[in-house]
Amino acid sequence: MRIDCPLCGARDRREFSVLGDAAMAVRPEVGADTQTWSDWLHLRDNTAGRLRELWYHEGGCAAWLVVERDTVSHAVHGVSLVGASDAD
Amino acid sequence: MGFSGWRILREGLTGNRGWRPHWRDPAPKSSYDTVIIGGGGHGLATAYYLAREHGLTDVAVLEKGYLGGGNVGRNTTIVRANYNLPGNSEFYSHSLKLWEGLEQDLNFNAMMSQRGVLNLFHSDGQRDYAARRGNSMINQGDDAVLLDREGVRRMVPYLDFDQGRFPIYGGLFHPRGGTARHDAVAWGYARGADRRGVDLIQNCAVTGIDIEGGRVTGVQTTRGAIRARRVGIVVAGRSSQVAAMAGMRLPIESHILQAFVTEGLKPVIDHVVTFGMGHFYISQSDKGGLVFGGDLDFHASYAARGNLPMAEHVMEAAMTLMPVIGKARVLRSWGGIMDMSPDGSPIIDRTEVEGLYLNCGWCYGGFKAVPGSGFSFAHLIATGRPHEPAARFRLDRFATGRGLMDEEGTGAQHNLH
Ligand SMILES: Cc1cc2nc3c(=O)[nH]c(=O)nc-3n(C[C@H](O)[C@H](O)[C@H](O)COP(=O)(O)OP(=O)(O)OC[C@H]3O[C@@H](n4cnc5c(N)ncnc54)[C@H](O)[C@@H]3O)c2cc1C
Ligand SMILES: [Zn+2]
Repeated sequence: MRIDCPLCGARDRREFSVLGDAAMAVRPEVGADTQTWSDWLHLRDNTAGRLRELWYHEGGCAAWLVVERDTVSHAVHGVSLVGASDAD
Repeated sequence: MGFSGWRILREGLTGNRGWRPHWRDPAPKSSYDTVIIGGGGHGLATAYYLAREHGLTDVAVLEKGYLGGGNVGRNTTIVRANYNLPGNSEFYSHSLKLWEGLEQDLNFNAMMSQRGVLNLFHSDGQRDYAARRGNSMINQGDDAVLLDREGVRRMVPYLDFDQGRFPIYGGLFHPRGGTARHDAVAWGYARGADRRGVDLIQNCAVTGIDIEGGRVTGVQTTRGAIRARRVGIVVAGRSSQVAAMAGMRLPIESHILQAFVTEGLKPVIDHVVTFGMGHFYISQSDKGGLVFGGDLDFHASYAARGNLPMAEHVMEAAMTLMPVIGKARVLRSWGGIMDMSPDGSPIIDRTEVEGLYLNCGWCYGGFKAVPGSGFSFAHLIATGRPHEPAARFRLDRFATGRGLMDEEGTGAQHNLH
């Protein structure tokens, strides 16, 4: 598996570590109730197919990336830097 | 049809022409009292115990592929009861006791081999933890022996004891642990359930779950609609997809775990040996192949095959632990889809839908759980009450924070187990 880092170019999977579903980047509101926080932390769509994920270019530029990847075929469809639209 | 020494002798002398299929291949009926979704180890064991312990035989197991084609036929077959935390500890203890009587109970040779499981440790701190875990295993009524370096050397002299990074300080030995033939476990439960009247329906994928007024009423399948009063979901790596049919989101991520086997060799490894620091473990099958594996690939996956970086890591760990393995040639590698829960421990519980039950979150350790999980899940479905040894496997523990079972002590969050 190769990931095309927008800053470094195409690099081997070994250089990256993964956090999981990019939905993690969108936190609940500060005053949200416990159930909302728990759901955000624990529940997952666990998509079989195209999924947007958070990856960290640990062995490279140390940027956080949003990688769109197919969890069935392992094909990588798109990579971008985590932007203001992804995180608060 | 029963198995006995006499029967095998007679069949041998008459050209093995007397064997018949071990279970029927029925068409699905339009309605059952109870439907179990998933014909893996856990689903088949659940059906067996529903019939044997609770007299419920109006039961169907619906399997999307063939019986035993999932993780139950892909794992590295380690069976043990060496867990540390309340919840897991009593559950796996119960499961191991069921394993010990399984072959007689099923009249099926599951090749259960209590050859002992040895967990190595490599520092004083790890030794303290091993001693503590050993004590909690003994308190639970199971067995554990703390070995020093020389004790380990006498047992497994082929390890590299002086490797620079992780010198071997000793090991925690669990004599009643071992291995079993994975396919045989699935087949034994399948045959036992079928004989008691359970319909095992293969090539039948569940595509929908019918709910009316908060109560489950049946399932939609690729072989038509089936009504049911009670439905159990036991689909391992596919838990999120099936639960979504009932409008549920689960605390589960599906990940890939790989395993490897070498060509057949003469007996060399007598036990199960685990090298936690290298995320590596190994045993030798009765055919002679060295069966070994490592950690998850760590990215979500529904492909039943892994990537090279983890394969490479596993080989490196093998060479670090026992350089002698470098002479063996790897024959095959494969992967299975693991239902990972945030704390690394399973879920056996009711759902908010009346009559719909959930069994998942077995992570990479659900083979040893097959008898216990089937027994406890059948109890829950039949009586509506949790079975004591599995009572802590609650779905709501992540929301409440009460009763989390994080054996590794890394935190109850995805991606940490
Ligand atoms: C490489 C590897 C090594 C492992 N090693 C060990 C080990 O040494 N010790 C140990 O204890 N555990 C081990 N495990 C874990 C263990 O194999 C699993 O936790 C356990 O087998 C999962 O339960 P199961 O047998 O019911 O799963 P499965 O056999 O996967 O059964 C689930 C079934 O559900 C079916 N299904 C899915 N969706 C549907 C649907 N919509 N409709 C109908 N049917 C459906 C699937 O086809 C499948 O047959 C290992 C796993 C792997 C992959
Ligand atoms: Zn980069």
